[in-house]
Amino acid sequence: MELSKIIEIVHGAVVSDGGGIDAIDITSVCSADLLSNVLRYGKGGALLVTCLNQPQVIRSAEISDIPAVLLALGAIPETDMISLARDKNIILLTTQLPMYTTCGLLYTAGLRSCVEEL
Amino acid sequence: MTENSPSEGTFHLMGGEFTNAGSASSELKSTLIKVGVEKSIVRRVAIAAFEAEMNVIIHAVAGTLRYEITTEAVTITVTDMGPGIENINQAMQPGYSTAPDWVREMGWGAGMGLPNISKHSDLFKIDSVVGEGTTLEIIFDLKEKNADS
Amino acid sequence: MLTVSAVAEKLGLNVVVKGDMSQIVSGCYISDLLSDVMAHGKDDDLWITLQTHPNVVAVAVIKGISAVILTNERNPEPETIRKAEAEKVTIMVSSLNTFELAGLLYMMLKDDGSVHAGTS
Ligand SMILES: Nc1ncnc2c1ncn2[C@@H]1O[C@H](COP(=O)(O)OP(=O)(O)OP(=O)(O)O)[C@@H](O)[C@H]1O
Ligand SMILES: [Mg+2]
Repeated sequence: MELSKIIEIVHGAVVSDGGGIDAIDITSVCSADLLSNVLRYGKGGALLVTCLNQPQVIRSAEISDIPAVLLALGAIPETDMISLARDKNIILLTTQLPMYTTCGLLYTAGLRSCVEEL
Repeated sequence: MTENSPSEGTFHLMGGEFTNAGSASSELKSTLIKVGVEKSIVRRVAIAAFEAEMNVIIHAVAGTLRYEITTEAVTITVTDMGPGIENINQAMQPGYSTAPDWVREMGWGAGMGLPNISKHSDLFKIDSVVGEGTTLEIIFDLKEKNADS
Repeated sequence: MLTVSAVAEKLGLNVVVKGDMSQIVSGCYISDLLSDVMAHGKDDDLWITLQTHPNVVAVAVIKGISAVILTNERNPEPETIRKAEAEKVTIMVSSLNTFELAGLLYMMLKDDGSVHAGTS
């Protein structure tokens, strides 16, 4: 699903566009606030939905080839998080919706969560 | 860290130093891409290195992350001074974590780091002396592993 | 109106600790951060989380959570089970990940019509 469509669905705002939203096609979603879970199950190309607002979220995304992070519940990203996202070309979005509604809407719209099987 | 070469290098890690946490693994990932290691392997190495790096920052006092890249394998050795691990079998259990509440509030402490390293690597050795520190050796084959994507 | 036991059955959850299974599910909250649930969880919410720590039970009791669902097949720690039994907090485990479970639950609650899923 095009990232711009996702932004529309969750009424999202763009904090950092990672050098371009248009080219990004999201193939799966991973929702978690525990980063080792993201590192284990998040698939390359996924959108990460979380409430964590600190730089290690961006590190985890960068390390596991996740192009975009969506902060739910109106979480305000720390300044360090924003600058790292810019630095690493990771797209950083926010939505006022809680995680549950965010996941529900994206799932209803047809997104699924592919698990990386090792 | 500028003295690191494409084939080997060392990063220094400080316990409790969260500001730059992950920068060693990030730099290692760039190096692996630069020397042309296959994408899926780069991802596995980066994830394992990051978990090991975070464990030093979260659980230990100080440590080093060393890498060596040959045509055959990527080897990562992470050595720390710290409390060590009393029961390695228990520590390897998914979900087992001694991380305090504030670490869990930062997104760590799922008890999945060591199992993740094991899952993502081809060989994983862990040695620990209580009261002294922990050493991990993590190896990734670069040859004949290309079949599984 | 969906009860905890109906949700458990429809989503194929493994009930590890049985509390009041007849409680009505009014909504859902997803978080792996206990402080977040303390701040935002609501009465009768289901709580989907990866946290298996005993403190989960305390938070569930204080916030009046109707049941806790652990995802990715994460099993509660023995101490968590003990506390949940003492406090009669329902704990269930799903083999699905958080996103998929939330998606299925969302569609179910929406179809049920008893909840304004979009505003919870
Ligand atoms: N370098 C280390 N020094 C001392 N203890 C360690 C070290 N690495 C791991 N441990 C111990 O092993 C446990 C399990 O480690 P693991 O990485 O699997 O989980 P975690 O770090 O607690 O959480 P997560 O990795 O999911 O964020 C830790 O909680 C800690 O008790
Ligand atoms: Mg760890």
